Amino acid sequence: MSDNEHGRGRGQHHTRDGHDAHHEDGHGHDRSPGHTHDHHHDGHHHHDHDHQAVPADIALRVKALESVLVEKGMVAPAELDEIVDRYENRIGPRNGARVVARAWVDPEYRERLLADGTAAIAELDYLGRQGEHMKVVENTDRVHNVIVCTLCSCYPWPTLGLPPSWYKSSAYRARTVIEPREVLREFGMDVPNEVEVRVWDSTAEIRYLVLPERPPGTEDLTEDELADLVTRDSMIGVARVAAPSSAEGSP
Amino acid sequence: MTTSPRLDPDRLAALPPLPRDDDGPVFEEPWQAQAFALAVKLSEQGHFSWKTWAQALAEELAAAAARGEPDDGSRYYHHWVAALERLVTDRGLSDGSALEIRKEAWADAYRHTPHGQPVELRESGPSST
Repeated sequence: MSDNEHGRGRGQHHTRDGHDAHHEDGHGHDRSPGHTHDHHHDGHHHHDHDHQAVPADIALRVKALESVLVEKGMVAPAELDEIVDRYENRIGPRNGARVVARAWVDPEYRERLLADGTAAIAELDYLGRQGEHMKVVENTDRVHNVIVCTLCSCYPWPTLGLPPSWYKSSAYRARTVIEPREVLREFGMDVPNEVEVRVWDSTAEIRYLVLPERPPGTEDLTEDELADLVTRDSMIGVARVAAPSSAEGSP
Repeated sequence: MTTSPRLDPDRLAALPPLPRDDDGPVFEEPWQAQAFALAVKLSEQGHFSWKTWAQALAEELAAAAARGEPDDGSRYYHHWVAALERLVTDRGLSDGSALEIRKEAWADAYRHTPHGQPVELRESGPSST
């Protein structure tokens, strides 16, 4: 079977024939600790003097898993590519931003969203594949919500994509429940004492999405323009949505 | 005046700082994407529930923390792979020695494939039924 890993994990590079393999290695035979020079050259390939760098042990473990499971027919490479493509290119915080913007402009949608997040989000065709339920929690001038997964990294994939690395860190997982205001302060967000901070601990079965407050001065914006304001961090609850800069809407 | 609780030395010692990142790539290296997709696919096919998956991953993360490994999220996919290997062997989809043999076969294939050529396993090694 052919080495097809190299198209993955790099944005748009999705070739499967292994021939762009060296955007990863670069000319890394000079610096790769895994490369060995103790074998013969067979002389048929004079464009380079080397064989390939052996990937890191962890990468080989994954190749072993994949190739064994593919061989048994349990997974198909094309299906794996499709999953990667889904999360690299099609699912991300823009999905959640559209949900938030819709809720801001459509009060009935907002009610449905808060009453049954799973169904309301599915109206926009963002579907969970792990059978999880979505609960949307709304920020107000009295309550600020923040999401975490204390045990691992459960996260609302269909609306936010995959989590940032800090979300997966033990520091965030542990500290957010212990001292949420301090954590938020480190993200640059002071929550006044009179505002209650609610921390939502995600699980495999239930994931949360924060519906942030609509910033003032956005009454004239369209739904699309509003969606452009909504950031990933605001839907995790570690940031507010900023009003558009007064300088004629340039980012 | 405002006192910064961050300066409390006790807590500084007890709680690690938050790592930060910008939007960055979803996956930092191709193997992370492969491992991610394998877990999602096997779960979608019913080999394990996502709850089982989350528990296995949480156990790997807890074990790493118990070993005293700093956990800033950078080794997250290492733990993901460990959880995946464990569930794959627990569920009888493969076994540890078959995976080890296959891993060596891949390393060997890299060593013997000229630069610029697709890396292929010459044969599927000792069978891993």
